[in-house]
Amino acid sequence: MKQTFAIGIGGAAGQGVATPGDIYARIFSRRGLHLNAYNAYQSIIRGGHTFLTIRTGPERVSNMGDRIDLLIPLNQDSMNRHLGLLTAGAACIYNADTIQPGAVGSGVQLCPLPVSKLADITRNKIAQNTLAIGAGLNMMGIGFGALENVLREQFKKKGEAVVAENVGVARAGYDYASSHFKPFPNPLPVTENRYAILSGNMAMAMGGAAAGVKFYCAYPMSPATGVLHWMAAHARKAGIMVRQVEDEIGVINMAIGAAHAGVRSMCATSGGGFALMSEGLGMSAMIETPVVVIDCQRAGPSTGVPTKTEQGDLWQMLGAAFGDYPRVIAAPLDIGDCFKIIPELFNIVDRFQCPGIVLCDLLLSEGRLSVDPKDLDFSPPIDRGELITRANGAPSEVAANGAYKRYRITESGISPRAIPGVPGHIHTVATDEHQEDGVLISDEFTNPIKRRAMMEKRMRKVVGIEAAIPPPALLGPRNADVTLIGWGSTKGVIGEACEILSEQGISANQLQIRWLVPLHGEAILDILRGSRHTIIVENNYSGQFARYLRSETSFVPSSYIRKYDGEPFMPHHIVEAVKEQLAGRTKLSVPTHEIMV
Amino acid sequence: MATTLQRSSQLTMADLKGKVDPDWCPGCGDFGVLAAVQKALIELQIPNHNVVTISGIGCSSNLPGFINTYGMHTLHGRALAVATGLKLANHALTVLVTGGDGDGFGIGGNHFLHSMRRNVDLLYIVMDNQIYGLTTGQTSPTSCIGMKTKSMPFGNIEAPVNPISLALAAGATFVARGFSAEQKHLTELIKQGIEHQGFSFLDVFSPCVTYNLDNTYQWFRPRVKKLEDDPAYDPADWTAAMEKSLLWGDEIPIGKFFERTDVPTLHGAEPVLNEGPLVHRDPRLPLDVARSFIEELM
Repeated sequence: MKQTFAIGIGGAAGQGVATPGDIYARIFSRRGLHLNAYNAYQSIIRGGHTFLTIRTGPERVSNMGDRIDLLIPLNQDSMNRHLGLLTAGAACIYNADTIQPGAVGSGVQLCPLPVSKLADITRNKIAQNTLAIGAGLNMMGIGFGALENVLREQFKKKGEAVVAENVGVARAGYDYASSHFKPFPNPLPVTENRYAILSGNMAMAMGGAAAGVKFYCAYPMSPATGVLHWMAAHARKAGIMVRQVEDEIGVINMAIGAAHAGVRSMCATSGGGFALMSEGLGMSAMIETPVVVIDCQRAGPSTGVPTKTEQGDLWQMLGAAFGDYPRVIAAPLDIGDCFKIIPELFNIVDRFQCPGIVLCDLLLSEGRLSVDPKDLDFSPPIDRGELITRANGAPSEVAANGAYKRYRITESGISPRAIPGVPGHIHTVATDEHQEDGVLISDEFTNPIKRRAMMEKRMRKVVGIEAAIPPPALLGPRNADVTLIGWGSTKGVIGEACEILSEQGISANQLQIRWLVPLHGEAILDILRGSRHTIIVENNYSGQFARYLRSETSFVPSSYIRKYDGEPFMPHHIVEAVKEQLAGRTKLSVPTHEIMV
Repeated sequence: MATTLQRSSQLTMADLKGKVDPDWCPGCGDFGVLAAVQKALIELQIPNHNVVTISGIGCSSNLPGFINTYGMHTLHGRALAVATGLKLANHALTVLVTGGDGDGFGIGGNHFLHSMRRNVDLLYIVMDNQIYGLTTGQTSPTSCIGMKTKSMPFGNIEAPVNPISLALAAGATFVARGFSAEQKHLTELIKQGIEHQGFSFLDVFSPCVTYNLDNTYQWFRPRVKKLEDDPAYDPADWTAAMEKSLLWGDEIPIGKFFERTDVPTLHGAEPVLNEGPLVHRDPRLPLDVARSFIEELM
């Protein structure tokens, strides 16, 4: 079993939970350690409760894990909520002046800090946090220098006096721990690797910049707002036009307008905003102007739980906008994939001139992961498809005799696309059904033969899209007791559950779906035909993917694991559910989330 | 940064004729608007491949199909949003947005409001007939109180939108009203609206001869008074413009109500566009910029 170490920091919003988290994250990444961070929070700016989990280790850490090694409750509420999660070997560092511990399990170390004795709390309001950071670091077996460097960077704008004050407080906590608390048994190692730490939202924004996105617009909506924030902060450096728009209807239409002018154009929202975009998505398909829309799923329906995760938007994406049209839907598998998937999707939607949807979720959007900088490729292949621009000129004979037809009927369904401003290719695009030259066949020229031909032209693109995307592959041993099927963000947690199951004598493999539409149904069936017990694992109530897979392939799995409480799966949720299902006790497991936030 | 209009010298009416003839009802006010747009483009000599005519949905929104410029016939109410994106991606293009009162002041009201405060550089022509025509005659946001339609058979009880005062209040930098039967005057307003750098709003009385039997050519003709005929009227005076905008009844002003030229356009205010239209840029980021983005995360 791989070595990992997890810290849980709990407190009220506004109490500074993020700062110790950031400091630890920086120290771990500079030691060449991987990390995964997940912040369970509430839709409140001050008060309430937030609980940040940072899990680190020398190998890739794909999820929050099952265990908390070090708990730092910043208030009594956090102590009351989470102390019971700790098991043998874990420790809890807390302010002994203000917080009372409760009963603890055997082997759990309580580490009270006499905060008012160690620091001047009238002068330093966050002294308890800084003391705890120092004490925790000592117990992890990490030298003080690492913390001092990070604190210097953190406070350097506030002057040397503030730096010295905070370094002094941290040092006091560090030294107090060495004489009063027992260190953790396995000190965290140092490696030569260096990782970038980023959220899925940052990754998708950067992936857009790498793909050559020149126009980004959005209306703020959790948990997608981080994409807007990265784009806005880096717009001038990256040469991207970034706009905040009056509503999501405006967003999708503005994005399509920019795309129509010839640039790569992207926008992001969550389920509620996406609902407003669906008519626009149909326009993208009908006028054949490609656009990429990111949907960061949160717990629905309606306003739902804005700060909680879910995989509940799949059917909204499948059914978005009326009528039949080609669309592409891709679900990133982890935060690194949030970056990679954007240029890949742009190449497909540019080639096939249709809308593309990235189906992300809060877990990836707002979670943080260590990513090898080599995996953030800012020179990915860029394929704009059959695009006629001023720069690449035009087939002159077509231009000269006025024979350019924007919607020329072709075998592939793809018609060369001229952008406005190119001489000789003047045309009008329309959301009404149209003939090859763009003239409407909705008003006085309705024509069932032309309508059918144009519908078939557009839909023929689906064949090409399917060929352009790779089929999914099985992860793990071919011959296993159980096959776990998931999609998108659950890749990491299902993978870890498979490892744990194998250690416990149950061999498990995994089929994780990244490209949802088009779905490689035959390839999936080929894989699943060889499986003994199949379980579909997803973060929603009704088994949206299970229903979709069944509708596309008639495949029905042996059983299901679902979670729809707003929190992500933890590995043991899946492990325990697999065991009860293999024992024949149930066909549907809905694990209970133990961390109350 | 200013957009310099690109001029050509051979543009004729034949060049601007659309692939199909308009299918509006005979006598529809929209014919006059289409003709005035074509005349304005010829007088300004803007090459038609550099013009994009963008509309929503409705009778008047069919206009892009009847003129030979690049065109987009988008969704009901969304033309201004689409046009804003297009203009920001290629600000060298001349953008005309055309539509009706239901499209612009009803379903598209939110985009209308925000496009004006953004001062997007385009000309927005509303063919205002105070009725929904393509859906066969329902009350519109500019229908007068008391007007009987299929949707309000006992008479409209909701006060109409005043597009001119609304535009003035929302910060439009060029606000004008025309009448489709006043061709020369309308053509002149369209020319000025295209040349104005910023959001130009032009409301045009464009009578519906089929469904609005109240606000007819005969009704408008004795009422419309050109602001240009009053030598004392100063279109730089916002307060005076607001006062004039409230007139309705025996005297209804048409002409240029207001213009100011000291507000930067949206594309001019954004330094990202300083190096020219986005559409002509290299999609690849310079490697040092890409590297700096990664280094921030280390």
